[in-house]
Amino acid sequence: MLHIVNKSPTQARSLESCLRMAQPGQAVLLIEDGVYAAAAGNSSEAQVRAAAAKVKFFALKPDMEARGMTARALDGVTLVDYGGFVDLVAEHGTPNSWL
Amino acid sequence: MKKFMFVNRKAPYGTIYALESLEVVLITATFDQDVSLVFMDDGVYELVKGQQTKDIGIKNFSPSYRALEGYDVEKLYVDADSLKQRGLTEKDLLVPVEVLDTAAMAELMAQQDVVLSF
Repeated sequence: MLHIVNKSPTQARSLESCLRMAQPGQAVLLIEDGVYAAAAGNSSEAQVRAAAAKVKFFALKPDMEARGMTARALDGVTLVDYGGFVDLVAEHGTPNSWL
Repeated sequence: MKKFMFVNRKAPYGTIYALESLEVVLITATFDQDVSLVFMDDGVYELVKGQQTKDIGIKNFSPSYRALEGYDVEKLYVDADSLKQRGLTEKDLLVPVEVLDTAAMAELMAQQDVVLSF
């Protein structure tokens, strides 16, 4: 399963709910305002770092760049482009969007 | 002249709020009013330096905040706690702002004739 989160962690509870339901080995892709969770210094950083022990984190690079967050990307988060997004869906199966 | 405050609490691009706020601010400024802008919660992300939106197909409107000065909109206030919660400092912002603590921001809000929230 590929979890997809598009809401800012400081604006909505989507990431929190997603991480509560995510199973070990699954992937979490952060897109749109969700990418703020992939930025160092955000209040969600500890939560993301803890969850990184069981799930793999990805963030959509064009959304990081748009928001000026690329340079702050956490080391445990892999940045992907649109092609990488498609690959993740193909690899992890069922997308689960936490709108 | 009335005191107008625009409270910006949303990140740019994910929703239309930030851009709509900017448009209303520019309109208000042409009516020669006392305009203040507040950036708090995710609204502080509107002012972050280095935004490059080419690959998401949305216009980067962040340079417009630098143009506000030309419309005599010079009162930009940022909530200190909101910056801190996001690991940001004044140096990460693309325009000069005044960073206020909660008490100062609350007092400023209380002095307004009109508050518009985005």
